[in-house]
Amino acid sequence: MSDKSSSRPSGFDRRAFMAGAAGSVLVPMTARAAAQDASETVAQNPSLPVEVTLRVNGKDKRLSIDARTTVLDALREHLKLTGSKKGCDHGQCGACTVLIDDRRVVSCLTLALAAEGQEITTIEGLATDDRLHPMQQAFIDNDAFQCGYCTPGQIMSAVACVREGHAGNEPDIREYMSGNICRCAAYPNIVAAVKQAAPEIMKG
Amino acid sequence: MRPFSYQRASDPDMAVQALGAAATNTPLTKATAQPLAGGTTLIDLMKLDVMRPTAIVDINPLAHAWSAIEPGSDALRLGALAKMSDVAAHAEVQRSYPVIADSLKLAASAQLRNMATLGGNVMQRTRCNYFRDVSYENCNKRNPGSGCAAMDGVNRMHAVLGTSDQCIATYPGDFAQALIALDATVEITGKAGTRSMPFAQLHKAPGSTPDIETALQPGDLISAFSISGRWPRSVYLKARDRQSYEFALSSAAIALDVQDGTIRDARVALGGVATVPWRAREAEALLKGHRFDEALAQRVADAAFADARGRRHNSFKIALGKRVVARALQQAVTMEI
Repeated sequence: MSDKSSSRPSGFDRRAFMAGAAGSVLVPMTARAAAQDASETVAQNPSLPVEVTLRVNGKDKRLSIDARTTVLDALREHLKLTGSKKGCDHGQCGACTVLIDDRRVVSCLTLALAAEGQEITTIEGLATDDRLHPMQQAFIDNDAFQCGYCTPGQIMSAVACVREGHAGNEPDIREYMSGNICRCAAYPNIVAAVKQAAPEIMKG
Repeated sequence: MRPFSYQRASDPDMAVQALGAAATNTPLTKATAQPLAGGTTLIDLMKLDVMRPTAIVDINPLAHAWSAIEPGSDALRLGALAKMSDVAAHAEVQRSYPVIADSLKLAASAQLRNMATLGGNVMQRTRCNYFRDVSYENCNKRNPGSGCAAMDGVNRMHAVLGTSDQCIATYPGDFAQALIALDATVEITGKAGTRSMPFAQLHKAPGSTPDIETALQPGDLISAFSISGRWPRSVYLKARDRQSYEFALSSAAIALDVQDGTIRDARVALGGVATVPWRAREAEALLKGHRFDEALAQRVADAAFADARGRRHNSFKIALGKRVVARALQQAVTMEI
């Protein structure tokens, strides 16, 4: 059977099933909080889900979430944008790196409610139409990954690293990419990829 | 993570009121309402169940008033909500206060520095594994009176200065050493308005109350730091297990005023080795009025660690710390300004 086969019975998508099952427990549909003034109080009763609008890759997404939801979980579990990866979930590995208002951050330590009104860019938002972002192409060209789990975070971090002006030489790239751990240790090739893409990105 | 209510601060008064509503005899670290700035400590410790606030007050909307980086002709004022990365990259901070810029640049990762604020940075909690892992019951910081699992546990990363028989947890930050070395003042906005205190009085050594970490009360927010004078001859040297993105095993913040080869003023602060940001005043006294040489550097380093007490796994920090002080002094004396 082809991986692209459409013969799989509908309703048996594992991710959709898991999300639906979890959602029915965590977010009772009868207990919606009234939308409140977003400029001040957002959630007063912690047992109720909160309405929030996240701007992700240029599109506004209205969500009803638990106040505890991080940007990472909002992306993966609510918006089905599973490119950003959950590694440590404690801000130590960088696999969840996204850009918020063009600055790289770890989405696992960012509350979704606190990101309202800000522009979130994920790995899914880098490519334009069917053309890869120069950093994505550079990772392929330089074989800058093995298992690939850290790669979306590495690429998001690398894009920011270049834009910050911290990709001018190899020691700088190593220092300013140190927040992204690669347990396959593809580091030499990651450094090469960042070096390759930097001039093209700076050219705009 | 336990459930909490989330509020966005509309102004400082509202934030102070929301945070200070709890009983004032609660230590700040246990207050039911906690401020959210960068979140890099708070959200982490909430996921670990170490911190259990029932209310979060997001103070990031105060950034428009509290995040300025303001170098004066002979002073520096830093808003508490300024991001570590922005201060580290500021040209005038790099030129006139390299110890500040470097202490920030050598901390954490690029992502965390983009998130973390200066105020939150100085308030970060210890990385003691027994504190961070709630499956250990014995932590006087988390559970006062329960004992200290680190005393006879794996204590390689723990403190050798400022310890007590209740707690040997290391203060983990870097920036605070620069602040204490430069006699910084911290500005606090609280229920009674705005007040200032020497930064050196902000942190409390563990003594018999390791759960009380600072002089702040619930409802107090750090709004700014200020430093008088310029300190172009200053360095931050950090020794650690890996070259980047790691906490200090030992670090030194050094600031000198050298005229015609004679040291007129000297500041020495230590990180990675003490329970609180640590100023080594006895060491400073040895430097003032003297010309620098290696023998003097050694005497200064010995004085800085004269009261140090190692335990099973961390005694190496005393020898390492002395070398860090000596090398940092050499770097400060020889740097071109």
